[in-house]
Amino acid sequence: MKKIEAIIRKSKFSDVRDALHAVEVNFFSYWDVTGIGNEKQGHVYRGISYSTSDIQRRYLSIVVNDDFVDRTIKAIVDAGATDKIGDGKIFILPVEDAVRVRTGERGGETLN
Amino acid sequence: MESTALFTANNVWMMICTALVFFMHLGFSFLEIGLTRQKNTINILFKNFFVITAGLLLYALGGFNLMYPGFEEGAAGFFKFAGWGIASPENGMTAAYADGGYTWWTDFLFQGMFAATAATIVSGAVAERIKLSSFMVFSIIYVGLVYPIIGSWKWGGGFLDGMGFYDFAGSTLVHSVGGWAALVAIFLLGARIGRFDKDGKPLAIPGHNLPLAAAGVLILWLGWFGFNGGSVLSADPELTSLTLVTTCLAAAAGGVSSAIFSNILYKNFDLTMFMNGVLGGLVGITAGADQMSPMDAIFIGAIAGIIIVLGVALVDKLRLDDPVGAVAVHLICGIWGTLAVGIFGAMAGFDQFLTQLTGVAIVGAFSVACSFAILIPIKAIMGLRVEKEEELKGLDLAEHGMDAYADFRMNQH
Repeated sequence: MKKIEAIIRKSKFSDVRDALHAVEVNFFSYWDVTGIGNEKQGHVYRGISYSTSDIQRRYLSIVVNDDFVDRTIKAIVDAGATDKIGDGKIFILPVEDAVRVRTGERGGETLN
Repeated sequence: MESTALFTANNVWMMICTALVFFMHLGFSFLEIGLTRQKNTINILFKNFFVITAGLLLYALGGFNLMYPGFEEGAAGFFKFAGWGIASPENGMTAAYADGGYTWWTDFLFQGMFAATAATIVSGAVAERIKLSSFMVFSIIYVGLVYPIIGSWKWGGGFLDGMGFYDFAGSTLVHSVGGWAALVAIFLLGARIGRFDKDGKPLAIPGHNLPLAAAGVLILWLGWFGFNGGSVLSADPELTSLTLVTTCLAAAAGGVSSAIFSNILYKNFDLTMFMNGVLGGLVGITAGADQMSPMDAIFIGAIAGIIIVLGVALVDKLRLDDPVGAVAVHLICGIWGTLAVGIFGAMAGFDQFLTQLTGVAIVGAFSVACSFAILIPIKAIMGLRVEKEEELKGLDLAEHGMDAYADFRMNQH
């Protein structure tokens, strides 16, 4: 089992979600995050220009069985890329075990 | 019988206008909250509640009799006090009072709603850093004494009225009086932490709720129907309808011209400038709303819109910090509107222009002098500004120990 953490553009979220459904990754969590990066966001307020390095992105946390890892990554990369700086990153972490709360069963079966 | 019906109709209109002016205090509150940070929301609301409540009580206590003391005919009055409290004169409830325009009670309440406005204007400019108690002391003196004294010079039949100075609904008497005090106060207070960098370059401190600010501006616009419409002092069909037309056209022209002009200057569509432009147009037309043709009103409003954009930049250039643009809106457009009576409309003429200029200068000098005279002792005795720590933490916590949005906090800065 692996945990795939992906930071993607908010504007690409629905594409990525659909791509994940298409490869039968149907369960995951996400939340909105603010980060610091190379991209600068220009603003103007009452005649004063300013820019913030605060970048808004969406953070996906997906736990899958090992044989799903590659297609999950491919789905995110294919659907999430715009070829411009700031498309995000994917991290892959090992997961020790998983438990289904309803039944108490453990292991990879719980992910289906 | 017919005159009773007319008297009743007039009085009803004046009471509606009174209610509309009261509603403007919500507009001011929303605008100020929207253009500042969430950590100071309770503080701003508290100040606005204090100003309207204390303002009305002070006006009942002595303000009204200070503003309308009944100067003798041709006395060139400067100061007179008609006594404490409010009690209707003998004919106060009949059509014999005020040419059948309204009763004495309506008169008091309509004027009382105006009185608090001057301090509310200051409240926005000094937001996010003034010490609450110091602001309260200042408001009491300014609303209780300075505003009614200046008002008596024109509306009370004093010397400004005698020399032919014209200010229909208060571009000078209300807006500039508040604006001058705002200017003095932000000069003595200094800018909010983080408003200017080490080299004095202005930095943006964006307001936290622009929908609320927008609601505030539209409420103020609605309130202006009463502010200007009621200043006809009767329900005279021609004058009230003309006044509402000029008021609305000036507001519209002010908004459009400042939106276009700020877009040319800064290459963006800045909603806050659009909104300030509407208010600038409203303040600009206030001095001569019953003297202008619709076309004059559009010119006055459009110029006010450009003044707003330049005024906001000028205040920044002087390294003064005015979070809501009160100086540009109320002071600079107040002056413009007062002078415009001598340039546009039925009273236009060089002599009138000079009279208007003299009035602006006298009121300005007195307002500035009084503001310094009140604020400098407050600064020395009580302190004008909160501690640095308190300012960073936010006045809601520091002064009130409260949260404006207790269960809803996304950004705290």
